[in-house]
Amino acid sequence: MSFISYLINGISLGSVYAIIALGYTMVYGIAKMLNFAHGDVIMIGAYVVMTAVTGMGLPPAAAILIAVIFCTVLGIVIESVAYRPLLNAASSLAVLITAIGVSYLLQNIALLVFGANTISFPNVLSIPALSLAGGELTITGEAFITIVSCIVIMIALTLFIHKSKAGQAMLAVSEDKGAAQLMGINVNGTIALTFAIGSALAAIAGVLLCSAYPTLTPYTGAMPGIKAFVAAVFGGIGSIPGAFIGGLLLGIIEVFGKAYISSQMADAIVFGVLILILIVKPTGILGKNIQEKV
Amino acid sequence: MRFKKAVSAALAAAMSLTLLAGCGSGGQQNSQGSSSGGETFKIGGIGPVTGSAAVYGEAVKNGAELAVKEINEAGGINGVQIEFNYQDDENDAEKAVNAYNTLKDWGMQMLLGTVTSGPCVSVGEVAQADNIFMLTPSGTAVDCVKYDNAFRVCFSDPMQGLESAKYIGENNLATKVAAIYDSSDVYSTGIYNAFAEEAENQNFEIVAAEAFTGESKSDFSVQIQKAKDAGAELVFLPFYYSEASLVLKQAAGMNYSPIFFGCDGMDGILAVEGFDASLANDLIFLSPFTPTSEDEAIQKFVKDYESAYGGTPNQFAADAYDGIYAIKAALEKAEAASDMSPSDLCEAMKTAMTEVTIDGVTAKDLTWEASGEPSKAPMVVKIADGDYAVVE
Repeated sequence: MSFISYLINGISLGSVYAIIALGYTMVYGIAKMLNFAHGDVIMIGAYVVMTAVTGMGLPPAAAILIAVIFCTVLGIVIESVAYRPLLNAASSLAVLITAIGVSYLLQNIALLVFGANTISFPNVLSIPALSLAGGELTITGEAFITIVSCIVIMIALTLFIHKSKAGQAMLAVSEDKGAAQLMGINVNGTIALTFAIGSALAAIAGVLLCSAYPTLTPYTGAMPGIKAFVAAVFGGIGSIPGAFIGGLLLGIIEVFGKAYISSQMADAIVFGVLILILIVKPTGILGKNIQEKV
Repeated sequence: MRFKKAVSAALAAAMSLTLLAGCGSGGQQNSQGSSSGGETFKIGGIGPVTGSAAVYGEAVKNGAELAVKEINEAGGINGVQIEFNYQDDENDAEKAVNAYNTLKDWGMQMLLGTVTSGPCVSVGEVAQADNIFMLTPSGTAVDCVKYDNAFRVCFSDPMQGLESAKYIGENNLATKVAAIYDSSDVYSTGIYNAFAEEAENQNFEIVAAEAFTGESKSDFSVQIQKAKDAGAELVFLPFYYSEASLVLKQAAGMNYSPIFFGCDGMDGILAVEGFDASLANDLIFLSPFTPTSEDEAIQKFVKDYESAYGGTPNQFAADAYDGIYAIKAALEKAEAASDMSPSDLCEAMKTAMTEVTIDGVTAKDLTWEASGEPSKAPMVVKIADGDYAVVE
C-alpha cells in the first residue's frame, strides 16, 4: 500500500515539475533560449495570489486569474526589455547570462517588497483529501488538482500548437526563424506570445507548487525551477510531451529514491539518472536528433 | 561612438567613487583615533534579521538592545556606557564573516554572536585568530565554542538531543519513535546523533530515521509516510520551525497525528505568517525559556520587551538578554576598563566568565565552564490552544 502512496506522491511532485518544465521547453523550442528566470516568475505568481487572497480578501479563483494576468504581462515585459535586444546577438551566452540576471533581479525585488520571512501559503485549493482502502491510502486534494491540471494543460497546449494559427506560427518560427519571417509570420510577436503563455503557466505552477508545499519565500521558485529544467532536458527540450514525461519521471524517481534507497541521496540519484539517460540518448527521451546541415 | 562615450562616463564615475571611498575610509580612521580614549564599551552583535532565520536574529537584536538600554540607564559597566552595533548575516557563513569585519572596523571590543550555528563556527575561527571574546546567545553547534575565547548562553546540540531522548524515555511518551532530520545542517545532525545514541539507553526504539537536505526541504511526504508505516507514535523533529510547519501540514494531510517533539529551533512556529496554529496543537519542544513563567525577573523582562517591541519575547531574546548581562558581569569581575584592547579584554574575560554567576531569565544561578558551556536545566514547552505553556 505504501508503494501506491509513494507513486501518487511522485506523480504529484512530478506534475508540478512537468508544468514548470512546459514553460522552459516552449520558450526553448521556439526562441532557442533558456529562460532561467522562469522559476522566479513562479515565485512572483505565488506572491501575487498570496497578496490577493490574504491582503485584499479576494476569492481564490479571482486571485489566480489576477496572478495569471500579472505573470503574463511580466513575461512579455521581461522578454521585450531583457531578451529581445539580445536574441540576435553574436553569442547565445549573452541572453543566458541576462536570464540569470533577471532571475536574481526578481528574487531581490521580492526580498525588498515582501521581506525574507517564510510565509505560510493560504489554502486556495480547498478540496478535501480522498481516503481510499479504509484510510490506509490518502490522496490530498492538492495532489489531485495538480495531476489533473497538468494533464489538462498538456492536452490544451498540444491542441493549441497543432490546431491554431498562432500555434502553427510558433512551429514555423521554431523550425526556421528566417524562413518564417519571409512567409509573413510576425516572429517577434510569436516569441512574445510564447513568453506570455510560458509565464501564464508559471503563475499556475506557482499556485500548485505552493499549495502542495505551503511555504513561500523569495527563493521558493529557484530549486523547483532548476529541477524542472532538468526535467525538460530529461524529456527532450523543445518537446511538449517530453516535458510532461520528463517531469513525471523526475518526480517519481526522486520520491522512490528517497523511499527505497536513501532519503539523503535523493538529489544525487535524480541527477545520476539524468547523466545516465543523457549518455545513452543525448537529446533526451523524446528529443529529436537534428542533424546539422553544412 | 556612443558606446565609447558611455564607457568613458562609466570610468569617470568609477574613479570619482574610488576617490570618495578613499575619503570615507580616511574619515573613519580619524573618528576611530579620536574615540580610542575609550569612552564606551563597544559590543558587536551578528545575526540574521532577514532570511529564513530572521525571527531569531530579530529577537536577539531586541533582547540585547533591551539589556543594553537597562544597563546604560543604571550607569553602565564600571561606570562606562555600552554601545551596541548589530549587523545582519542572513544566516550565511560568508556574510557573517563580512559582518564581523565591518564590526571590527567599527572598533568592536567583544562580540555577542552569532545567532545561528553555521555562521557562528565560521566567525569563531576569525574571532579566535583576532583573540576577540565572543559569547553566542544561541549558537548550539559543538564547534561554536571550540576555542577558549568562545562561550555560549544556550544548550549545545548534543545536550539537546540527549535531554530530548531522556525526556521521551522517562515520561514514557512513546515506545516507537521516528526521527526526521536535516542531514545538510550541523544543528539538526548534531541533535539527531546525540538523540540516537541516548535512545539506546532508553525504553523506546527508533523505528525510522529519515533525512532530508537543504536543497529539497519542501516535500516531506516520503519521510512522513515511512514514519507512519513504521508505526511511530512520536516523531522527533530536530530542525527549524519553517520546515517543521510544512511537516505538520503534510502529516495532517496524510491523516497522521503522532506526538511531534522538537528542540529549540521549533520556537517561533506560531509566528509564521498564515500558519494554521491548530496544526501545532500538542507539539512539545525543549526550550530554555518560557514567557508564561511566574518568575518575577522573567515577568519584568517580558513586560519591558512587550512594551518596547510589541511582541512576546522568545528564548532567543532571552538568551541575548542574559548574554549582555553575562558580559557585564564578566567585565565587572575582571575590573576591565573601556580603553583596553580587544585582545587584553578577551584574556581578562576568559577567566572572569568561569567565575561569574548570574540570575538570568533563561536560568537561575547560570554559570559557565572553561569549555564555554553553560550549566543549567532545560524546560519543556507544550503548545496548547495556540499558545506556549510550560510542562512541569
